[in-house]
Amino acid sequence: MLQPDYGFGPESTHMRSDAKKSVEPVAADLERVDQEDAASDPSGSDDAGIAAPSGAYATIGDITARDPVMTVRAGEVFYGESQALIDINLDIGRHEVVAMIGPSGCGKSTFLRCLNRMNDTIESARVTGEFLLHGENIYAKKSDVVSLRARVGMVFQKPNPFPKSIYENVAYGPRIHGLAVSRAEMDDVVYGSLERAGLIDEVRDRLDEPGTGLSGGQQQRLCIARTIAVNPEVILMDEPCSALDPIATAKIEDLIDELSQNYAIAIVTHSMHQAARVSQRTAYFHLGRLIEVGPTDKIFTNPVHRLTEDYVTGRFG
Amino acid sequence: MLTGEQTRVRVAASLARRYRQEFLFRLFGIVSIVIGVGFLLFLFTTIIGNGYSAFWQTTIKLDVMIEESVVDPDGSRDPETLAAANYARLIQDALLEVYPEAAGRRDRRALKSLVSTGAAYILRDRVVDDPALIGTRHSFWLLADDEVDMLIKGHVEAGGDEALRRLSDRQVGWIEGLQAAGRIKKRFNTQFFTAGDSREPEMAGIWGATKGSFFMLLVTLLLSFPLGVAAAVYLEEFAPNNRWVDVIEVNINNLAAVPSIVFGLLGLAVFINFVGLPRSAPIVGGLVLTLMTLPVVIIAGRAALKSVPPSVREAALGVGASQMQVIFHHVLPLAMPGMLTGAIIGMARALGESAPLLMIGMIAFIVEVPNSPTDPATALPVQVYLWADSPERAFVERTSAAIIVLLAFLLVMNATAVWLRNRFERRW
Repeated sequence: MLQPDYGFGPESTHMRSDAKKSVEPVAADLERVDQEDAASDPSGSDDAGIAAPSGAYATIGDITARDPVMTVRAGEVFYGESQALIDINLDIGRHEVVAMIGPSGCGKSTFLRCLNRMNDTIESARVTGEFLLHGENIYAKKSDVVSLRARVGMVFQKPNPFPKSIYENVAYGPRIHGLAVSRAEMDDVVYGSLERAGLIDEVRDRLDEPGTGLSGGQQQRLCIARTIAVNPEVILMDEPCSALDPIATAKIEDLIDELSQNYAIAIVTHSMHQAARVSQRTAYFHLGRLIEVGPTDKIFTNPVHRLTEDYVTGRFG
Repeated sequence: MLTGEQTRVRVAASLARRYRQEFLFRLFGIVSIVIGVGFLLFLFTTIIGNGYSAFWQTTIKLDVMIEESVVDPDGSRDPETLAAANYARLIQDALLEVYPEAAGRRDRRALKSLVSTGAAYILRDRVVDDPALIGTRHSFWLLADDEVDMLIKGHVEAGGDEALRRLSDRQVGWIEGLQAAGRIKKRFNTQFFTAGDSREPEMAGIWGATKGSFFMLLVTLLLSFPLGVAAAVYLEEFAPNNRWVDVIEVNINNLAAVPSIVFGLLGLAVFINFVGLPRSAPIVGGLVLTLMTLPVVIIAGRAALKSVPPSVREAALGVGASQMQVIFHHVLPLAMPGMLTGAIIGMARALGESAPLLMIGMIAFIVEVPNSPTDPATALPVQVYLWADSPERAFVERTSAAIIVLLAFLLVMNATAVWLRNRFERRW
């Protein structure tokens, strides 16, 4: 592992413990749901395999994208002995926003963090399966994690600007990757990124002030600017609005919409309304399984699987 | 099930208990602090009360005739001849001029002992610096003997049984006569701040020990901080989580608790006997104190690294920083204030350490002020020990004065640390 003995990120610890805690009872719950299904609908065979502790099951819906940037096949993640993701198959396409939804501990954040190998920082985490970026396995031995993370950027749940100036926050990525040689080039990158993140008008006069002095929503947009400054192909967003107020959230959502013109975006969200507003496709995760994928409007209006339906209608989660 | 009224009564009762507990706890805290501050004040008043008088030194004004026949009989003005001359005789003659009645051998010796034996060296230095003084009469303020100094400062009484006193009635009479003639004055004791150690209290100074301590701490800081930070970073960020690292970690924690004298023995065996570094040298002291300080720096450094929020690492990793870049651009700057604090705690402990220095010969009586880390030297706490162990009454105040200097040194170090920490600290 690359980085041993780190404190786990708040999200990851929460996920781990949740995953461990909730496997047994919710599995029982699943079984019960299945039995109900079987009782009420004898022909229901879609979810026949789901009750099994592990092993084969079929994701409902079309997992492929029209123009895939990232392709995941048979992706599985283990934290020590416990399995956090089971046989995930999903594409993330260019110019689209894929939303990942599901109850706490369902593995959606784990899945997201596999896409730029953030799980490398967790020593006990083990990833198997194919995670392809333009057909190349990002977990291959010769694959370089540093350049991967430049191509697959990430925006975190809690805004986490560096304790440096606003300018430095955005300039840091391009600088370490050598993307801008002169000061003028760097200025271009910084101003351009801030502009695309919709932040430039608010911070133009105070680029030297610390990024941590901005409001929460501004900080999150600064983090987005920092991510797009290295010109990634995919942007991963892990509940980017969960720490923000509704107005800031609306701004970020508009921004996501705009950014999807240029980037492939995968977003994890707890808010189904947000998923409905920003995404074109939605993937529903449950207990480490990818239950159902489909066009967002279909998932929300006409879900196939019982679990998906229960979740999107607010019956649990 | 309780009724609403019962609930309120019970809550009120428990509230009173809670408030009483909180009050008691606060009282306990305040009492502890008052006791602590009380002891500190007691320590400071004792030390400063005993020590402040050492910053003044009694001097006696004498009109000394610099006889050419004594100082430079062949008239060559050769510095070596000048330096070798008998200046004590000139001072004795000057004293006899004031008290011509002290004719006998015993009287003369008693009279002579009013002036420090060091006064002759000071006079010599003046004449060597300025040969034009030869053949002229000049008044000098000469260092008084420590017994005279103690009498003038009131630390010893002039009354009582003469046989139990260091100064005879005769000498006391002379001193009073000199005082009446305005020939005795207390002047600021520059000697104390510029000289090395001496057997004569009035000649003894703290500068040698201060420089010794400074060189030692310099060596300690230059070695223990980089080594400690590097070790902490490696253990915290790079080392795999296995049994070996656990063993190392346990041993580091153990080392922090090893008695310092053991480190002194180790230094004697390794640095002096095996490597062959000079004895009594600050460089060896610095190496020994480095061994002693390293565990503290490493433990504090690891704690500081652990306390850096994971979000910073994630942010840096998220834009594609390598692990080195994450550590050196983001984690280390944020951990720096904590690391500095640890280093300063370690250094402060090193400054006050005397036991290991005894083992490597830094307790030797060294008059010369050291000019490099390899010169023989002593250190401030050892100097305190040496002076506290000396029988002369005048060393009592010098011991306290040395402690004041040590505390001032410590204060300067800690103030620097606080300043550095504030400079590095970044708000979140």
